[in-house]
Amino acid sequence: MSNIAIETDALTKTFGDFTAVDEISIKVEKGEIFGFLGANGAGKTTAMKMLTGLLTPTSGKAMVSGFDVFSQSESIKKNIGYMSQKFSLYDDLTPEENIRFYGGIYGLDQHQLSKKRKELIESLELEKVRKKLVGSLPLGWKQKLAFAISIIHEPNIVFLDEPTGGVDPITRRQFWERIYQVAEKGVTVFVTTHYMDEAEYCDTVSIMVDGKIEAMDSPDNLKKKFKTNSIEDIFIRLARVAKRGDR
Amino acid sequence: MNSFRGFVIKEFKQIYRDTRTLVVLFGMPVLMLLIFGFAIRNEVNNAKIGVLDLAKDEVSSAIIQKIAASKAFQLNAYLTSYDEVESIFREGEIKEIIVFEKDFARNLSRSGSASIQLITDATDPNLANIVQTYTNAIIADYVQELNSNSIPDVGIKVHSKMMNNEELASVNLFVPGLIAVILMLVSALMTSISITKEKEMGNMEILLVSPLKPHHIIIGKVLPYLLLSVVNVVTILVLAKYIFQVPFLGSYVLFFAESILFIVTALSLGVFISSVANNQQTAMMVSLVVLLLPTILLSGFIFPIESMPLPLQVISNIIPAKWFLVIVRGIMLKGSGILIIWKETAILIGITLIFITFSLKKFKVRLQ
Amino acid sequence: MRIIKFLLQKEFLQIFRNKAMLPIIFVIPIVQLLVLSFAATYELKEARFALIDRDQSIASRELVSKLQATGYFTLQSEFTSGEEAQIQLDKGKVSFIVVIPRDFQQSLSSNNPTNIQLVIDAVDGSVANLINSYVNSIVRDFSIDKSASISLISPQNLQQASIKKISTQAINWYNPNLDYITYMVPGILVILVSMIGLFLSGMNIVREREIGTIEQLNVTPITKFQFMVGKLVPFWVIGMFDLLLGLTLARFGFQIPFLGSLTTILIIAGIYLVLIQALGLFISTITDTQQQAMFIAWFIMVVFILMGGLFTPIESMPMWAQKVTLANPIAYFIKIMRMVLLKGAGWKEVYGMVLIISAMAGGLLAISVNRYKKTSG
Repeated sequence: MSNIAIETDALTKTFGDFTAVDEISIKVEKGEIFGFLGANGAGKTTAMKMLTGLLTPTSGKAMVSGFDVFSQSESIKKNIGYMSQKFSLYDDLTPEENIRFYGGIYGLDQHQLSKKRKELIESLELEKVRKKLVGSLPLGWKQKLAFAISIIHEPNIVFLDEPTGGVDPITRRQFWERIYQVAEKGVTVFVTTHYMDEAEYCDTVSIMVDGKIEAMDSPDNLKKKFKTNSIEDIFIRLARVAKRGDR
Repeated sequence: MNSFRGFVIKEFKQIYRDTRTLVVLFGMPVLMLLIFGFAIRNEVNNAKIGVLDLAKDEVSSAIIQKIAASKAFQLNAYLTSYDEVESIFREGEIKEIIVFEKDFARNLSRSGSASIQLITDATDPNLANIVQTYTNAIIADYVQELNSNSIPDVGIKVHSKMMNNEELASVNLFVPGLIAVILMLVSALMTSISITKEKEMGNMEILLVSPLKPHHIIIGKVLPYLLLSVVNVVTILVLAKYIFQVPFLGSYVLFFAESILFIVTALSLGVFISSVANNQQTAMMVSLVVLLLPTILLSGFIFPIESMPLPLQVISNIIPAKWFLVIVRGIMLKGSGILIIWKETAILIGITLIFITFSLKKFKVRLQ
Repeated sequence: MRIIKFLLQKEFLQIFRNKAMLPIIFVIPIVQLLVLSFAATYELKEARFALIDRDQSIASRELVSKLQATGYFTLQSEFTSGEEAQIQLDKGKVSFIVVIPRDFQQSLSSNNPTNIQLVIDAVDGSVANLINSYVNSIVRDFSIDKSASISLISPQNLQQASIKKISTQAINWYNPNLDYITYMVPGILVILVSMIGLFLSGMNIVREREIGTIEQLNVTPITKFQFMVGKLVPFWVIGMFDLLLGLTLARFGFQIPFLGSLTTILIIAGIYLVLIQALGLFISTITDTQQQAMFIAWFIMVVFILMGGLFTPIESMPMWAQKVTLANPIAYFIKIMRMVLLKGAGWKEVYGMVLIISAMAGGLLAISVNRYKKTSG
């Protein structure tokens, strides 16, 4: 219990007679970088939304940061960070104003806010654009700002939903370096992606197909098991029989 | 051509699937018509009035009886002193207090004339006017009866013929205006929001990069609302004719031609607004404030233009709905043909062309 | 509590930064108030008529000049044929036609009855009614004068013949000049403020949902209550501000008398605005897109305004419709505004309505808060 950050048992979500997430059982340790791979439509985002309290599961059990997802979702929210696919910053506010807003929402006091503000502007190199509206910033900058804001309250776990969508490979690499830095401090990182090469950066990788988890292990173990050198290969093999999503 | 077809089909599907909006789009005209037809009246029935009879003689009683018997009034309050007037008015229900002074009958027979006070709550001047007029008519009637022996029945009688609207039904006045308002709403407002939404969601760029030409995009966006508007017009007409017996004296063909013209006018306004607005909220507020409210208030829909101060009368000339109203009222209620309404038609065409030109220009500029 | 402060900060920043919204929120309502107050009147300012005078006598001329002397009626042109005049009526160039018969003067002097024909364009029923009754009363006066002077009864005999005359004296309370503006302005003000409150608040929440930023908020520990307060308060403030602006304009621009207590109005307005906000909130919980939200809001607004007693009096409506207005918050507030501002009514007279408004506000808020979920499924 004390070492496990996230645990689910036969977690399921159905919409009518469509089963988006089909009885998944996962275990994520504290400080781990857990990669949630899958094709579009496989159910990754739905699963993540259940863990962050945005969707109510249909059945099964799930525990995040020691709290039950069904009955204690509000407590979970105090301890997690979240970065959505759309990066969800306010386009009509400046980076500073976004930082101040989200920091305040998470309960940082005046002193902490001001400290964080300076820190973030510096480490993200946003000095020149601090007074510009976020809507006018390039995608890569929005991305790093959104990430920084998602952990502004120093949570135990951070959920990242397709955080590298749409940016170039160099920026992606740089982003993952930030993820490493954060994980080194002991934060559990739960990230969904459809970039197979990013799987290599994770401690544990799970591959979702049609709502079910078809494989879950460290990248090395998976490669050994499937006798191949690339995660992409494994994915293609498993996803070939998928009924949902694009082929 | 295929890409255009595909685009139009997508537009239709999006609208068709949005049940809530559809319900409002079709339900609203019907509901408005019903309200106007059944609930909104300018006439006065059962106005609550009160009486302060300080005379308590046969004449005052006779007059009071006449008033109580009238359908226009509901005699609800019998006051005993002047002081009660203020508090009764403040309560807000009683609109007029008729005051008979002491010795009313005696004054009448002695000097041949007497006076009745009509104290009206004039916060609503229209109502006050009407109530006073009715009261005066009843009293004049009584005087006539009183004097029928003394004055030979000479006099000028006035024969009035009410043209185009025998029963003075308010619904006849409102229906043409209602059509105009609904068309403005659907064609202008909805179009502007629909186009701006694509801009806001970022889809506009995708469209612009596709093989679709800009005018294809505009026509595709606008087509469903054109259809919707026509359906709305037909619905309103059918309901007006069969439920409310609103007359339709003129030519249906002319009517539909003019309606389509007005729809195009409204559509071009909608497109124009969408070319200057960046997000839906702005488009909506601009449409509302610049189009809808003036259409309702300055077009002659409810308030007659002739009653407005001169500057407003001048402004009303640039509101397309004003001309459309003249046209539709002419066709429906007076049976006017194109020869009578050609001037207004030409003005509408002119306004439409101006806005289409502006919109196209703005649209192209935005692309650059 | 601090969290609400941050929410409010963000909202106000966004509102004031939106260049298009600022004029809409502040300038447009004032402009509308000005324009509409002048436009909204049923007063008969001027009606043009066509004349067919088949008598061409002194008496007929006298009658025509009496008509024109009222200031309401203007002789547009004189015709000899009925068809010509009818065309003018059809085209809308004149509002009515007066036809004086050939033996008019003769009939008058020989005490024979005679007729005047009025053909009125009744498309606008209320205007037609007004024209009819004015012309009728002018003709009646003319008729009495003529019969008194032309009749064989001499002035002294007149008195002995005891012709009774009852005149009426109209005393207009609260609005001695029968001024439309006094009547309309409070009502129009209510409508403008309601529209702003309803549209902006409802659409705003839906907007966040459409764009996706609401998800980011839902994932935080913000409670439903804090979120809603953060969304409603800014527009409540703007609404109150607009109301104050409008009231100032009404008082000093339109010179409308304020008989009642301004404090009372403001307190009631505060409650009323909460109701409007709650309505907008409710709409946001039943819609997915801004388009839908706007439409439903508009739908509700139209019904409330039409049946609100602004354009046509509630007393004129059929009984069942009057009962329906019991559920119409706009009708209540318009009535309260008129009663307090124009008649000096106090809490005693309006507390019943205020209670109803408060109950509605509370109820709607409760339902909306209940419906609003931080989960989307």
